[in-house]
Amino acid sequence: MRLSERAIRTVKASLFVIALLPLAHLAAGAFIFPDWLGVNPAEYITRSTGDWTLRLLLLTLTVTPLRRLTGWTWVLRVRRMLGLFTFFYSVMHVSSYVSFDHVFDVGEILKDIVKRPFITVGFSCLVLMTPLAATSTNRMVRRLGAKRWLLLHRLAYLIAPLGVLHFWWMVKRDLTEPIVYALLLSVLLGYRIVARLAARHPAKSQPLRA
Amino acid sequence: MLIKRPKDVKPSEITPLGIYRRRREFVATAGVLALGAVSGMGTKPAIAQDGAKLKGFGKSKFSTTEKANAIKDVSGYVNYYEFGTDKTDPPQYAKKLKTQPWTVVVEGAVKKPRTFGIEELMKMQMEERIYRLRCVEAWSMVIPWIGFEFNKLANLVEPTGNAKFVEFHTALQPDNMPGVRLPVLDWPYIEGLRIDEAMNPLTILSMGMYDEVLPNQNGAPVRLVVPWKYGFKSGKSIVKIRFVEKQPRTAWEKANPQEYGFYSNVNPDVDHPRWSQKTEKRLPAFFANHKTQLFNGYSEQVASLYTGMDLRKNY
Repeated sequence: MRLSERAIRTVKASLFVIALLPLAHLAAGAFIFPDWLGVNPAEYITRSTGDWTLRLLLLTLTVTPLRRLTGWTWVLRVRRMLGLFTFFYSVMHVSSYVSFDHVFDVGEILKDIVKRPFITVGFSCLVLMTPLAATSTNRMVRRLGAKRWLLLHRLAYLIAPLGVLHFWWMVKRDLTEPIVYALLLSVLLGYRIVARLAARHPAKSQPLRA
Repeated sequence: MLIKRPKDVKPSEITPLGIYRRRREFVATAGVLALGAVSGMGTKPAIAQDGAKLKGFGKSKFSTTEKANAIKDVSGYVNYYEFGTDKTDPPQYAKKLKTQPWTVVVEGAVKKPRTFGIEELMKMQMEERIYRLRCVEAWSMVIPWIGFEFNKLANLVEPTGNAKFVEFHTALQPDNMPGVRLPVLDWPYIEGLRIDEAMNPLTILSMGMYDEVLPNQNGAPVRLVVPWKYGFKSGKSIVKIRFVEKQPRTAWEKANPQEYGFYSNVNPDVDHPRWSQKTEKRLPAFFANHKTQLFNGYSEQVASLYTGMDLRKNY
């Protein structure tokens, strides 16, 4: 499936609007329809922005396998936007933790980061994502050079497992959701490992059949 | 020949629960419901219907004067893992909980073990207790419960000297509880108290809130309320109470002993390993808006239970 320049622009614009829907839902709930967010709106917002960070992160990591499997090159054109929305929701997620849970008490937050492993891990994700967001422009790609830029952006392969781990350690008891995320992520990362091994040893899989 | 029948005998008193339930199935499957009706066994007073009003309960000096939550807060935001782990799962799924017939078996180290039908418990003199409820997840509410002190029930069965602890077994209805399909906790949910904690006048068995019978998701038809401990100690939908000699192993303790101890008293100085317990969010609210108090503010009534105990060790 090849898309015209115009079609790609339409896809990008639609995706932009769709990616803002969760935020619109939260904003409407916070300011207009309090029933949407329930009795504990802060918890709802923190959970929801965290969920969307993970979902968008997985979606971003789906782009490359999708292109390889389908040959659609246009999907590469939305990857940056997906990545930036991942960062955007993670910032919202951290902001709700900083404001609702700690009311901007820096001392308490620092103590939390040191003391509680799931916060340590979550906070590392934000720290690791920041340079990726900062180097997302075309100019930064050129300045860094494609090779170095790619190397830097491999951090995503570290951030994603840490993000799932953060969720895993946060959950009180029911691990169903973290397990689902972990499985999806292992498929996405597993695909890359397999593809790489296959590319490195193209002949190896053959002799077995001979 | 004249056969004398004691006045107040109920089927639930003389028949073990399992057989009692099977009787209903038998009656139904045999298609002789009429027989049950004739013998008076198939009919029960409709008491546990959602929203039924309760009357004739008094006020209590133990009630707080703080503003109570709206009923929709309490019935809409609930931890009742048997119906799912989201706060909005129980309001959605607990309708299926079968609350009739209902009996509470009271046994163990007691002189007069007994099975109470729910209608007998509803006849006990009840009162309103407006209590603070502090969840281990650092939110809180103020709830007007209706019930009676647990010690009144205990006195009816006369605990022996061997009764050092009390175990509370809650309902397990796999067909009606979507949450128990996963081994999230060791079902059925079992909670426990030390005997002196159970006998403390603050510990109540509650059958209602806000002038009404309990909504299913809040633990209908009868639940425990222990206001100075984290909410999970107050077991819902109780089917069995055992007086025992050894400290029971409770559901959350079994699930995660590093995070949840047997005592689980509200204590701002003992953090949950993953979050602080210093403050709490009195719902509905965006921000933590209350300092958490030792024993949830009930020190005057309960602090003496723990004199000389290291509350950090016995969390």
